[in-house]
Amino acid sequence: MNALAAAGAVVQVAGVLVGAPFVVGGMRQVRARLEGRSGGGIGQPWRDLRKQLRKQQLRPDGTTVVFRVAPAVAAGSALLIAAIIPLVTLGSPLDSSADLFGVVGLLFLGTVALTLAGLDTGTAFGGMGSSREITIAALVEPTILLAVFALSLPGHSANLAAIVSATLADPAQVLTLGSVLAFVALVIVIVAETGRLPVDNPSTHLELTMIHEAMILEYSGPRLALVEWASGMRLTVLLALLANLFLPWGIAGADPSVLGVLIGTVAVAAKVVVLAVVLAVAEVFIAKLRLFRVPELLAGSFLLALLAVTASSFLASAR
Amino acid sequence: MSTTAGRGALVSGGSTTAVGAAGLVLGLSSIFGGGVHLRIGWLLPLVGVRFDVDPLGGLLIALTGAVAVVVGVYAVGYARHEHWSVLTLVLLPTFVAAMILVPAAGTVTTFLLCWELMAAASLALVLADHRRAAVRSAGIVYAVMTQLGFVAILVALVVLSAAGGADDFATLATRGGAVASGTRTAVFLLTVIGFGSKAGLLPLHAWLPRAHPEAPSPVSALMSASMVTMGIYGIIRIDLQILGPGPTWWGLTLMAVGAMSAVFGVLQASVATDLKRLLAYSTTENMGLVTVALGAAALLSASGAPTIAAIAITAALVHLVGHAAFKALGFLAAGSVLASSGLRDLDRLGGLVRSMPVTTAMFGISALGASGLPLGAGFVGEWLLLQSLIHAPTQGDPMVALAMPLAVGAVALTTGVGIATMVKAFGVGFLARPRSTQAADAHEMSRGMAVGMGLAAASAAVLAVAPGVLGPVVQRVLAVLPAVGGDTAGPHLGAMLRLPGIPGSMSPGVIAVALVLAVIVAVGLGRWGRSRRPAPADVPLWACGADELSPRMQYTATSYAEPLQRVFDDVLRPDTDIEVSHFAESRYLIAKVTYRNRVEDPIERGLYAPVVRAVGAVAERVRRAHNGSVHLYLAYGALGLLVVLLVVR
Repeated sequence: MNALAAAGAVVQVAGVLVGAPFVVGGMRQVRARLEGRSGGGIGQPWRDLRKQLRKQQLRPDGTTVVFRVAPAVAAGSALLIAAIIPLVTLGSPLDSSADLFGVVGLLFLGTVALTLAGLDTGTAFGGMGSSREITIAALVEPTILLAVFALSLPGHSANLAAIVSATLADPAQVLTLGSVLAFVALVIVIVAETGRLPVDNPSTHLELTMIHEAMILEYSGPRLALVEWASGMRLTVLLALLANLFLPWGIAGADPSVLGVLIGTVAVAAKVVVLAVVLAVAEVFIAKLRLFRVPELLAGSFLLALLAVTASSFLASAR
Repeated sequence: MSTTAGRGALVSGGSTTAVGAAGLVLGLSSIFGGGVHLRIGWLLPLVGVRFDVDPLGGLLIALTGAVAVVVGVYAVGYARHEHWSVLTLVLLPTFVAAMILVPAAGTVTTFLLCWELMAAASLALVLADHRRAAVRSAGIVYAVMTQLGFVAILVALVVLSAAGGADDFATLATRGGAVASGTRTAVFLLTVIGFGSKAGLLPLHAWLPRAHPEAPSPVSALMSASMVTMGIYGIIRIDLQILGPGPTWWGLTLMAVGAMSAVFGVLQASVATDLKRLLAYSTTENMGLVTVALGAAALLSASGAPTIAAIAITAALVHLVGHAAFKALGFLAAGSVLASSGLRDLDRLGGLVRSMPVTTAMFGISALGASGLPLGAGFVGEWLLLQSLIHAPTQGDPMVALAMPLAVGAVALTTGVGIATMVKAFGVGFLARPRSTQAADAHEMSRGMAVGMGLAAASAAVLAVAPGVLGPVVQRVLAVLPAVGGDTAGPHLGAMLRLPGIPGSMSPGVIAVALVLAVIVAVGLGRWGRSRRPAPADVPLWACGADELSPRMQYTATSYAEPLQRVFDDVLRPDTDIEVSHFAESRYLIAKVTYRNRVEDPIERGLYAPVVRAVGAVAERVRRAHNGSVHLYLAYGALGLLVVLLVVR
């Protein structure tokens, strides 16, 4: 770890902070173009954020400190994850403080904060969204942890830098059965956890089909800005993590140079852009699943992850 | 009256705290000093009573002592408010003393004596409020199950000490390996049944969700945080230390029982609407996780990976301590709610965050611990458990290669549903708006109760952020468990948790500090452009354009868990009825909809009910033989004597 590695971690946080609204905007723009609309442009989420941050702070009756703090906890946990995981460099000073289990825990800490805020409002919609969101989270967690298991087998470590280094050292393992199954399981999980189609529709206006949007229905103005920012950051962070876990090339080492940090930044940005475009294009062709079909999808991804682990672990035992 | 009640509560709570403090000192001194040995020859005929405290027993004694200190402080206020009877007041410190003596016992006879004392004291405490029928029924279930468990333990330990030719654990430990394998198997199975029933493991958990909710809350806290861990202590002491290392299937059995208990317990907790019943099922869940860790340790040491086995056993010990902290706190907070509002039913609670802010914060800390998220007291134990499972060497043994992924799946499902359960308990019970007048009229209880909870919360917070405090303790306990990798280095518990020989580390303290910083940054982002904003305003909630929202429109605990109940329909087997009655004029107009939903324990229904019916039927047959006539009974006596004489001759 050196000063440049620490600078790399700062670049990661700043990049996620600034880039997240652009990722969301880009995905909306791709979708709009494919649907034959002109769209609001890539910068629209940023303009929305600026507008909302200048609005009046409204306090819904009867809400407590939980409601006020939840957006900051959600955004804070996303920022912390951005600082821990290897996006630009392998040498983040926080890498040894939290492995993939810790990162998953932080991710769920953000989810839990918002679900509690949904309950705190004491409205039917808040409770409904919260109940649905936590059900999905409860079913997502097993898959994530199993996928972590599958990923940590080759590097014999659940620490992210170790996993990525193992992939860099032995690129062929990306194409093993276990790795591919884990990839598919993680994609489904990320789609579910960030509230994208077919699990949830981020641009829905029908309260009864909402999950995430129903939960945050009472937020407005600056707090809504923070919630939206946080969900954009979660999406960005998870896409970048997915990219670097399976295609880590371009990332700077644990002891990077200035050029390495630059290349790493460009590489991870390019990977996120590609993944986001692919996700947005895929979403155009998918309809939202009925809520009670979602568990089937998640059970499927759980099974894939279990297969991934057993496959890798049996292949390892046969080797 | 009130002054004598107050004095009684003070004496009872004070002596509980004193006994607890003595236990804490004894436990810590036997961990860090030499062992403590005490022999009282006259107390029990023939064999005498002998206490030998080694570090493993010391850990359990210190744990019980710490819980008792907290519960004692809390009980002063609670007993005064609830007007406890003299018997209950006397029994509380007695129960604590009995629990401290169980892990101190150095011989089989002493152990059995203390075990029975603990069981009897806890049974009398469960029955403290015996005027309610629910309490009496819970008491009967508890009495039957705890005594059946005791019979299993009694037979197992007597067989073991006969086969080993010694009464004291220290000698038995040296001869455990020489016992014939059939005897070993029998002792293993009997102890898993007996100790498993005390630890609330499947399928002998049924007493736990009945007795814990009906007992007075300080007693629930003691039972759930300390007494169930005695079952785990028994498994470690007899099966891992004295009999171990056993064959591979021992570890697999423990892992299977633990995984099923964990998943079943958390699923039942997720649909429970009674706050204390939810916490009781969560105890089954956590003891299940600990048993998975014990099973993994046994399996790994049997398949030649002692270093990883040491991680698993550390996970079990750390999780025991963490669970004691957050579960004692949870039951004490639930007790404050119960004492203040008379409610345990989450469907009628709500809004306590405004009327009982301290209790709400306390329950929040407990729920965070129980959900296994970072910054919670349960996180470190679960992290170590997962690490031991994913780092198990898969080369060679296909059973290990198959068991570990399944175990990770079970643990992962448990933590996932556990998060949902705790969000429900905290969010529905304490946030939002009150769902009944009792909940609306709740108020904060006495200061003593708050102090008790504060002590528990502080220890839960320390365990969550700085688990390194357990490092030296765990190291010394590991040293007396060579059969499960205790002679290896073991994981390093410090500011940074490190695993031996594996590149993996974690620092809950650094995460906590970094998260606080990150949240501050996020708050700063939210303040951006604040100077241009108009002054904040209070606004009504969005009611879809309708009139005022009423508290009945909120989600309840039942509706909150409904999606989960639907997903796990096959396991939970809920009993749901919907009755729709129409107006006489038209079938299209609905007059009333009645919805009834009941989730019973399917194991209780499927396994216990037939057994109870069979026992009842047999008793009915036997009853015909004694019709109340003295003459007939005398004839039975004469007949019996005759048979005895014939046989003996």
